[in-house]
Order: sequence, then structure tokens, then C-alpha cells
Amino acid sequence: MQPFTRVEGIAAPLPAANVDTDVLMPKQFLKGVDRSGLKEGTFAALRYGPDGAPRADFVLNREPWRAASFLVVGENFGCGSSREHAVWGLSQNGIRALIGTSFAGIFFDNCARNGLLAITLPQEDVAALSARASDPDTCRIVIDLPNQTISAAGLSLRFEIEATRKDALVRGLDAIGTTLQARDDIAAFETAYLKGNPWLA
Amino acid sequence: MIAAQAGRAESGTVAKTLYDKLVDAHTVRRLDADGRQVLLYIDRTVLNEYTSPQAFTGLREAGRPLWRPKAALGTVDHVNSTASARTARMPDEEAQRQAVYFAENCRDFGIELFDVLHPQQGIEHVVMPEIGLVLPGLVIAAGDSHTTTYGAFGTLGFGIGTSDIEHYLATQTLVYQRLKSLRVTVSGRLGPGVRAKDIVMALIRDIGASGATGSAVEFAGEAISALSMEGRMTLCNMAVECGARGALIAPDETVFAYLKDRPRAPKGELWDLAVSRWRELASDADAVFDREVRIDAGAIAPMVTWGTSPDQAAPIGGQVPDPAREADPDRRRDMERALAYMGLSPGTALEEIAIQRAFIGSCTNARIEDLRDAASVVRGHTVAPGVRAMVVPGSSAVKRQAEEEGLDRIFADAGFEWRQSGCSMCLAMNDDVLGAGERCASSTNRNFEGRQGTGGRTHLMSPAMVAAAALAGRICDPRPYLGAE
Repeated sequence: MQPFTRVEGIAAPLPAANVDTDVLMPKQFLKGVDRSGLKEGTFAALRYGPDGAPRADFVLNREPWRAASFLVVGENFGCGSSREHAVWGLSQNGIRALIGTSFAGIFFDNCARNGLLAITLPQEDVAALSARASDPDTCRIVIDLPNQTISAAGLSLRFEIEATRKDALVRGLDAIGTTLQARDDIAAFETAYLKGNPWLA
Repeated sequence: MIAAQAGRAESGTVAKTLYDKLVDAHTVRRLDADGRQVLLYIDRTVLNEYTSPQAFTGLREAGRPLWRPKAALGTVDHVNSTASARTARMPDEEAQRQAVYFAENCRDFGIELFDVLHPQQGIEHVVMPEIGLVLPGLVIAAGDSHTTTYGAFGTLGFGIGTSDIEHYLATQTLVYQRLKSLRVTVSGRLGPGVRAKDIVMALIRDIGASGATGSAVEFAGEAISALSMEGRMTLCNMAVECGARGALIAPDETVFAYLKDRPRAPKGELWDLAVSRWRELASDADAVFDREVRIDAGAIAPMVTWGTSPDQAAPIGGQVPDPAREADPDRRRDMERALAYMGLSPGTALEEIAIQRAFIGSCTNARIEDLRDAASVVRGHTVAPGVRAMVVPGSSAVKRQAEEEGLDRIFADAGFEWRQSGCSMCLAMNDDVLGAGERCASSTNRNFEGRQGTGGRTHLMSPAMVAAAALAGRICDPRPYLGAE
């Protein structure tokens, strides 16, 4: 997993509420058995018209946001289906972080498992960032995860993140390898648990 | 300290919610100082063909074995055809590759598989309860958001992504962040012809599509106790549509009666022991929840969505709302976009909206009770001209039972297609899809843009209401058809 430390890049505004994972990755892109080929699927119905041509009115089709590294998003981003393809697609499009007021739970976890930083901020901070992201002159921002800060034109914000989630993102940890270091604890727990609940053994 | 732990029982111990008890009983170790993040032992999972392949590839590449193969079940449900003649072939080459790789993975890793020709095949969240694998007090995580369904049994069920499927398969655990607690008390009794689907749709409308984000919901109250298991599953299933990452109902005699003698449920002395322990699974009387929501069941009318988010819903007597009356500019813009997508004008009576498609199916509403309810509406009537209506049973077992009861004839005689089991047009990953602009009365769970087909327009409602809409050719109140005026 790619570590996340200090990243500078372009932020794009996507203020709609309840952007669901069907919109993030439509069903026709879910038919693979690997993680490849999802770049084109991200926001496909918003990015491309029925004829396959890019829609000029979609922010990620326009300069300078075509090269965005961050999205400033609306409430309840990533709701709906558990499909991790939504996160894989964002990463394949070069998106490193999302900033919004709230994220759906499964999506939020999926982001963390793939090194995609999801930052939750109060409404007024998201609005201030969204305003800067909307202007080509101010849309470049810096996210510093070790110091938990976001810097934009005339704006410096601090964000909160759970210590364990932060540590995994900063170090790009392999979660399974880390957990398996506790394999003896798991085995001991399981033995006692199944003994106490013998109908599950 | 979280509020739920703040209450003190008379014995001097900390009063706990049912959710806290389940998490505590499954905590292998704490991962941070205050125990908000834990390594959580997961009892079981169910796997499907479309969210699992990359997890198995990860295991293969790392050379990692499964921790406990017997704690997983595979079922093919998302991409298979629901055509009446069943074959092993998937509707397209990509789906075929997913089904083949899924079978390979189950075989190589020692996981039991219900493939598309298996007599127990069906939608994962219909199959798991009906064979008796969902038991009170368990934690079940699975690669599908509607795993919350299992809360109907007093099981903590929640959806996970593919990376966490891989983590579960390799370690039998997940890195888990404790949730806040939200109790939804539904007092009183539902009016005639009002269903569990209407309760949960009213809740989502009231608290919003992110109203329970970051929370585990516990449902309580007279109206919940009165629900059948099918109704409870509908309720907990759709709790994820307001953001809940778990939805619990304390197990009671209704649960035990449903489980007794199910094929995989405990038997004999183990059954007696299990039930005696299951009776202890409830929130302490003085447990404190982070948030409480109260709903009067008697005030709930049949609900239907008008927009593209599950919280954009209204009672059947209502109208399409006017965005101009919405003060919040962001919400107004979202409403305008939803109405443009749905092809609806403000002020239109919901009962005037004509449909071209009707779909009864999904893990929300395709169990036997749902089909009986819809059949009671349909009996002796015919589908309106110009409407294509489908019934897709939640499992192959539900299909057989419905056929034994003659429900298939009632639907077929009325002009409904009687199909094989699968997720089908709930998410339209197979060949059951809406055309652009087609409007569908649907017993499913999500009315997102494009969910049932690019440009398709979904109105969510109970299966009885879908049946009534199919007969009327427009959205309508099911109560007259149910003899419940």
C-alpha cells in the first residue's frame, strides 16, 4: 500500500450529497476478477455521454481538475453498495484523498485499506475548501497527514483521524500481515470461544 | 467513555447495550488505549462471485491459507440469469469467468458452494437465515452491504469490502472501530396493510440517508416485537440505507421458533443450551444509547420514493415535492437533479405516476411471506396493459415453497413472469435491466441513478404495493387490494 505523508495537488469540487457507489463505479465495470480496468469506470455516467464522448460539464473532464489528486465532496459520500471497486477506480485515477463532512461506513473503511485518505471536517471547513477548489487559481492544496493539516490559499485547517488509521496510512502497512502477528491471540481466543459456545464448534 | 457505557446497573456493573455485549464477546484484543478499535472475531461469512475474486487472488499471491474454511459459505447470486430454464451458463462471458473463478476458489480453499444449479442457491441474505446459519449472538461480516439483515436474529451483521474479505479469510478477524449506538423505538401497532418496509422507509425519510452513519441501530418497541422474522429481516436489511453499520433486534420466541429444526441450527441438547444463552441477549434495562429516535407505528402509511436517494420518500397519499420550497441550496439542487432524472414535476400526485415495469425481488423483499402478501393482492386480477411484471424469488427454496402453495400460478395467471432466484434487477448486474426512461415499481432497496439500468427510474415500495402498481399500471395505495381500507 502506498504510504501517505505529505501530498500536494489539485482539489476538485464535487458537492452533491449522497454520491453512491453505483455512481462511483457503475455495474458494467464490476465484472472483472482482478482490480484492473477500473480507471474508465469511475463516474462513467457523469464523465461520458451516451455516445462515449466526455461531458464538458463534468469537473474531472475540465482543466485543471483533469489532474486532480483530491476531491472535496458532499455529505454521505460513498453510500450504498460495498463494492471496493469504487475505491480502486478512484486510486487508478490518481485520487489520493477525499475531504467531506461524512462518508458511508463501508466506503470509509475501503478507502483506508487502499491508502486513500478520507478526511472528515465540519461543514464550514468543507465549504471553504470547496470554494477554493472551484477556482483554478486556488485549487492547489497540500495535505500533510503526519501533522494532520490541510493548506490552501489563505487557509490552514487541522483535521482529526484515529491514531491507528493514521499510522496504517502513513506507513502503508499490510493489514493482514500485522494482524497475523497476533495469530496466537486469535487462536487462544477462538479455542475458548468455541468451548463456551459449543453449538458453533 | 461512550455514553452507552455511562449507565450503571444496580449490581454496580456497567449497563451495556446489546451491541456492546456482542462486540465485547468477540474482542480478541484492543488495538488502542480506550478500546474504541479492536481486533474483532468474526463467526461466519457468506461469499458471492463478484466481491470476492480479488480477495482470493490476494490469498493465492501471498500463499496464505484460510483460517477456518467451514466458517464460510459461497453462493452465486449477483450475476446469474433468472430465466426459467436454469443452466450453468452465465448471461455473458465476464459473468461466466466470475462464476468459474468463484467455483475454483471455493474448491481450492475448501469452502462449501451453492452454485447456480444447487437446490439451495439463492440470494446470500435469504439463504443464510433459511438454512439456519444465522444464529443469535454471532458476528457475521460479508462482502455485501445488506449483511445488516442478520440483525433480525440478534446477530451483528455488517458489510465489508474486498480487502476486508481477504483479511477475514486469512485471520477470522477484522480490525474494527466501535460504533455509536442509536435506538429506534417503534411504539403502537401498524395500521392494516402497512408493512415492515414502510417502517424502515419512514425511518430513512425521517432521519436521512446518512442519519445513522457511524451507528449501530437497535430496533425496539411493540411494533417491532409484533413483526415476523421476514418483516424483521426487511427492516434490518434496509437500515443500511440510512447509514447503519449494524441493525439489531433482541432475539425472542419468534426468532427461536423460526430457527428450530432449520438444517444448520443446533439440535438436541446443544439447541437447549444455545436457547438458554440466547435469552440473555438484550440491552440492559438502564443502558444508555447515544441517540434515541421514536416512531409511532400507527402514523405510518404505505411509503414510496419519488427521488434517487432512499430518503426521498413520501406516504402514498402525497405529492412530488417542490424544490422551490426547500430552503437549503444544496438540498434544493439535489432535489432538482433527482426530479430531472426521474422525469417528475413538483406537485404531481404520487398515485398519478404511471409505470412500465414492476419488480418483486431482492434480499429486502423476496422471502415467502413477501410473495404471499403480493399474491394476495394479485389473486384474480391481471397486470395492466403495457406493464412488464416480474417475480424473482429470494432463493430456490423460497421458489419451491411458493410453488407448493400455488403462488406461482396466481402470479402467472395475472401476467407476471415467474423466474429463478438471484439478485436480478435489484442491481441489474445480470440481464434483468430497465431501459432508459423506463419507470419501475420495485420491492428493492436502492433508487440510485442507473441502479436498475442506465436511465432507469426506480420507485421503492413494499412488495404488496408493487403488486398493486402492476395491476393498476400506476403507483397506488395497496390497502384496498389487501382488504385494509
